[in-house]
Amino acid sequence: MTTTPLLSIQNLCVSLETAQGQVEALRGLSFDMQSGEKMGLIGESGCGKSLTALAIMGLLPMRSKVTGSIKLNGTELIGMRDENMCRIRGARMGMIFQEPMTALNPLQTIWQQIAEPLQLHQGMSKSATQLRVLELLERVQLSRAKERLMAYPHQLSGGQRQRVMIAMALACQPDILIADEPTTALDVTVQKEVLNLISQLVSEDGMGLLLISHDLGLMRDQVDRVMVMYGGSVVESAPTQNLFQHRRHPYTQGLFAARPQLGLKRGTRLTTIPGQVPDLLNWPTACAFADRCAHVEAACRDALPPLSQASISSDLANSNHSDTSHWVRCIKWQSIESQP
Amino acid sequence: MDRPKTARKQDRLIQTHTKPQSTLSRALKHTGFVTGMAIVLTLIFCAVVSVFWSPYPVADIDIPNKLASPSAAHWLGTDSLGRDIASLLWVGSQNTLLVGLIAVGIGLSVGVPLGLLASAKRGWVEEVIMRASDFTFAFPALLSAILLTAIYGPGLVISITAIGIFNIPVFARVTRGAANAIWTRDYTLAAMAAGKSKWTITWRHVLPNMASVLIVQASVQFAIAILAEAALSYLGLGTQAPQPSWGRMLNEAQSQMFQAPWLAVYPGMAIATAVLGLNLLGDGLRDLMDPRLARLR
Repeated sequence: MTTTPLLSIQNLCVSLETAQGQVEALRGLSFDMQSGEKMGLIGESGCGKSLTALAIMGLLPMRSKVTGSIKLNGTELIGMRDENMCRIRGARMGMIFQEPMTALNPLQTIWQQIAEPLQLHQGMSKSATQLRVLELLERVQLSRAKERLMAYPHQLSGGQRQRVMIAMALACQPDILIADEPTTALDVTVQKEVLNLISQLVSEDGMGLLLISHDLGLMRDQVDRVMVMYGGSVVESAPTQNLFQHRRHPYTQGLFAARPQLGLKRGTRLTTIPGQVPDLLNWPTACAFADRCAHVEAACRDALPPLSQASISSDLANSNHSDTSHWVRCIKWQSIESQP
Repeated sequence: MDRPKTARKQDRLIQTHTKPQSTLSRALKHTGFVTGMAIVLTLIFCAVVSVFWSPYPVADIDIPNKLASPSAAHWLGTDSLGRDIASLLWVGSQNTLLVGLIAVGIGLSVGVPLGLLASAKRGWVEEVIMRASDFTFAFPALLSAILLTAIYGPGLVISITAIGIFNIPVFARVTRGAANAIWTRDYTLAAMAAGKSKWTITWRHVLPNMASVLIVQASVQFAIAILAEAALSYLGLGTQAPQPSWGRMLNEAQSQMFQAPWLAVYPGMAIATAVLGLNLLGDGLRDLMDPRLARLR
């Protein structure tokens, strides 16, 4: 790749101050995202998914230490002055939050909340803003948009509020949209609708999408590449189709096996991944998954395995996406074969 | 125009369902707000008119008629110097308004920005502001009034200033606490993500969402200010005779509690009513500002 990636994260480490001491929450996270690419970030609670999103937006808690590099179109974001960061947030990076119920100010109308970023970043006039807001609400398919301009958040349902959040995030046509579990708090029936909407809008505007979720099923149709996170770093990264066919890391295999599936016999126990995530305060220096892994051997506990290329020729054939590389952080991936 | 009748009826239904009532009509339906407003307006009316006119001049001493019971000539009776109590209360309302409004005004205008600054900046700024306000808090209004009086001489202005200074840390603390709670809400994070600066968020999101807390605190501080002024006047540090003050009337009534109980009852009732009015007004304002309550009242 010769072009500058839209978003480039190199060796990102974030440590948080807690009552028990410094906790390394992100450990050497690295990935590149091309413009227009849709990426999924998956992993269990506490693995650092949301923290990654906040780190990109520069919204980490005040007492956290950040090292490494986050570049947006080649501009370094880490260590940037707050005033400059404010000009990037909202304008070039948009974010959708998990809880539409609490992410809108209860005392402001829908109109005020969407119009503010427009007037702030683009200095739009009032009449221009009004047209733009209406257009945005129509794009996110909020029904009776005109009447709802003056509505307050409590007058809307969860799905409608999430649509308003999407409109807010897209208002200034950012280069990248970060969606942190955008459908977790919604009704199952609305989830798919909202996800499809996000995906469609992102494609239309040619934005990059970073979709964070713990739901593998939702990822399948929406993103080009899935990154699996475990304990603050990426353990496997592959084009979506590839990952669904060949899961190379034992943790990813565990995640897939733990999915509830239709057609299971009554009384069948769902598979779980044995053991627990290691204590963040006593994090192992070697493979963090070793204690829970069925394929573990002595070498796994010696050193942290590198993220290595795990592409096989058959992968390249059935993917239409340009970047077909499959990365996995496991020294034994070749001897572990998954059942598709 | 040619839409079927049922469709138009449906439109109307939707309209009434989604459109909140206007603030004025909501205000008029809010009993507490109306009562509070009436009391406060009466107080303001008394204070303004008393500048030009009162039933009896408040400085007139009429010893033969001292401690008279209520009568047609003196509606509420007279005090130990034969002054008309109704007139004293009437003119005393000026003092009450001045003390309450200015002392609370000083507290609000200095304390709230300090609290908001502490909450937005966190870190050492917050530490410095909060420790400074702890320090100020350690001096009760009475002590700072004595201190100021020793330097500048006694008077109403000094006592109001002293009470106002005492109010600053009260508001700074309340503001910081409430603002910190709002900074943890998702909508402030979402506002940050939309690229708004901390000051914009403070002004547009934090302050409106904590207004109810401030309104309630302000009505409490107003009552405290009236009582503090009474205490200062009692010590000769506040309002100087013959300018009447409800607080001083209450204190003077102590010595005649058994001969003339009405001397304590009337100013006491006046203070209680004023405070009640302000509280009702404050609560009413809080309710009216919350759009979520628009359809409930």
